Amino acid sequence: MQKIKRIFEIKEIGILLILLVLMLFLSIATDTFFTAANIFDVLLNSSFIAVMACGMTMVIITTGIDLSVGSVMGFVGMFMAIMMVDFSLPPILAIILGLAVGTLFGFINGLLVTKVKLPPFITTLGMMSVGRGLAYVLSGGWPVSGFPDSFMISGQGHFLGIPLPVIYLLVIAVVSHIFLKYTVLGKYIFAVGGNEKAAKLVGVKAEKVILTTYVINGFLAAMSGFLMTSWLGMAQPNAGQGYELDVIAATVIGGTSLSGGEGSILGAVLGAWIMATLRNGMILLGVSSFWQEVVIGVVIVAAVALDRMRSRGEEE
Amino acid sequence: MSEEIILSVENISKNFPGVKALKNVSLSLKKGEVLGLVGENGAGKSTLMKIIAGVYTPNEGKIFYFGKEKTWNHPSEPLNEGIVTIFQELSIIWNLTIAENVFLNDEPVKNGPFIDYKTMVNQARKLSEDMDLKVKVTDLAERYPVAVQQMVEIMRAVYKNANIIIMDEPTSSLTDNEVQKLYGIIKDLKNRGVSVIYISHRLEEIFEVTDRVAILRDGELVDCLETSEVSSDNLIKAMVGREVKNFYTYKSHEIGKELLKVENFSGKGFKDINFSVHEGEILGFSGLVGAGRSELMETIFGFRKKTSGTIYFQNKEVEINGPNDAIQLGIGFVPEDRKDAGLFLIHSVKDNICISILNNIAKKSFVSPSKITEQAKKYVDILNIKTPNVNQRVMFLSGGNQQKVVLARWLATSPKLLVLDEPTRGIDVGAKAEIYRFVSNLSKEGVGIIFVSSELPEILQLSDRIAVMSYGRLAGILERKKASQEKIMSLATGMAEKIIKN
Repeated sequence: MQKIKRIFEIKEIGILLILLVLMLFLSIATDTFFTAANIFDVLLNSSFIAVMACGMTMVIITTGIDLSVGSVMGFVGMFMAIMMVDFSLPPILAIILGLAVGTLFGFINGLLVTKVKLPPFITTLGMMSVGRGLAYVLSGGWPVSGFPDSFMISGQGHFLGIPLPVIYLLVIAVVSHIFLKYTVLGKYIFAVGGNEKAAKLVGVKAEKVILTTYVINGFLAAMSGFLMTSWLGMAQPNAGQGYELDVIAATVIGGTSLSGGEGSILGAVLGAWIMATLRNGMILLGVSSFWQEVVIGVVIVAAVALDRMRSRGEEE
Repeated sequence: MSEEIILSVENISKNFPGVKALKNVSLSLKKGEVLGLVGENGAGKSTLMKIIAGVYTPNEGKIFYFGKEKTWNHPSEPLNEGIVTIFQELSIIWNLTIAENVFLNDEPVKNGPFIDYKTMVNQARKLSEDMDLKVKVTDLAERYPVAVQQMVEIMRAVYKNANIIIMDEPTSSLTDNEVQKLYGIIKDLKNRGVSVIYISHRLEEIFEVTDRVAILRDGELVDCLETSEVSSDNLIKAMVGREVKNFYTYKSHEIGKELLKVENFSGKGFKDINFSVHEGEILGFSGLVGAGRSELMETIFGFRKKTSGTIYFQNKEVEINGPNDAIQLGIGFVPEDRKDAGLFLIHSVKDNICISILNNIAKKSFVSPSKITEQAKKYVDILNIKTPNVNQRVMFLSGGNQQKVVLARWLATSPKLLVLDEPTRGIDVGAKAEIYRFVSNLSKEGVGIIFVSSELPEILQLSDRIAVMSYGRLAGILERKKASQEKIMSLATGMAEKIIKN
């Protein structure tokens, strides 16, 4: 009994329950939801967001935020495309360069936040615009396609019948989870977010820790850009536009506290799946796309409100 | 003092999930009276006060104010009726000026909605002069130390013409000098017919300032007595419900080689400091708040940058550029404000303890959760930390146990030198004694201790030598045998010449 009680105290269980209830409801309400094809579709659609949510979780745990991920994703996708199509670079080189460029974005964000001491919100808002602008500059505003087959296969293939982006996500999530929970640096991320001054006073190099989270986040945004470009077989300059909000929403729904010090990768991935299930379900139910946006907005606000109420309840 | 009863609570009970914080408490307050409220941490003092202040609603019981039954729905209601509370957690707003803080939500206006800054500044200046507080009221509050901010809160209460002022540990960050000022203010308030509820751990203050004293233990009112008719032994006995045994007594112990030497050390807030600490020595650091003690310690530890001077550790010149360098040398630091700088409140006891030794227990930068739990349990036992388990969030522990968590963290690093900045502030008598014993045991094992404290009795009791700072300078270092409260105070207030002449 004690054990069962303890299981329910784990935050992620609550989030999982919400997801399961949602899925149950959709399975009953529609004939089309609970089919292998549709479930894979949901998982696939969520994986681009979920990959970035892994990085966002780390940034938000340090009390930061990164609004530039959608733009970095779009820019990196375009960058890889141009490298292959206009400069005839082999795909593997284009991918590595693209990931490096995304990581560089994260590094610049991190430097501005830790060295120049800019607020993360403003820094990454600026970088969001820079990234998007550069994507348009590179492409001239047009979509780019016509990639080598090897590039397409790396994103469009399947493994054991599961779309590759989902596999990538699972690997990234597991690695991120282990990093955050079982390494010294991961523990320091929580410490810096929980109390930066206290962390510094026990010898944690807080600035380095924060910088690391932005670097990881930039890398994962680039990874997501690669996955999407490869999956679609095409790079669009507006790819990933507005994704930053979905990523932040997934992270917060997953129980990561915006006031820092708390959060989990598992929660973030579940959060991304909830968002994707919700969108998918509304399409299947025939909800108009305008109303879909309203519902998503309400869910995000409700998730944050729940988080607030829960933490306030604990304090009293 | 008249016999008119201005406030009374009857049969108040308050439950929190899992705890009965108050059981059937009845208490009354007379006009112009100073009522002391004592009890160990967790005895229910703060809960009772928050009920009177409208922060909590009682589960049972009634509140009468001027004979009328009151139900507070919001803290602003008692405030508007003249019950002002100065909470332990200060409600000073950092980015407003001192004057703006004093008049917050009560600003003088002219020409409609516009704030009359001139009147406000003048009145604030007058209030600060009345209280003998040396501040520029147009400065931002953040520029001043906690002690000044606390005085600003008191100014605010005085200005509001309160009928009742509730003070929760008002002296926890004040020095003796400022405490004296506070006594003066309280006496002045009394003469004007204001009643004061005075909550404090420091019993000498209770005897100095209160007319009656109410004792709470485990949520129940044990007794309410005339202060003049009670002895401190009896009071302590009533608070803890048992004889306090082995309340710390000093034992002389061996003092070894020189551990740390600081030469011509200057930085923000202090200048030209020279002193040394030896293995096994407890060096007390006394002084008024704002004398630069915390700044000095934070600079030695590398948290602040020095401007000049040299540090020698074990007779070798060392360069400390950050806390990490200090920790590498074997220095530990327990900061003054444990909530702000010591603890990760939302994290577990085990994570709070093990944060300092993650690198030591990690294998190739991976840490196993079972190793963390094992280490944490070990130190919870050693320091007798009262917590249901090591997964408990630190914010749910009492002040004393929270402080022990910080001590555990440093104990785990096996330090050679431990710097403790006000380690007993705001914690109960029992936990204080445990901390004294902890410090004393460490020194017996050869660890050097720097013990910064504003409480003279504890510093006199514990230290082998006492360094006294005054206005950013080291005014003198007293040997244990030659130290007394008077000598420390005269050094701290810059009156030392007199002493030397005598």
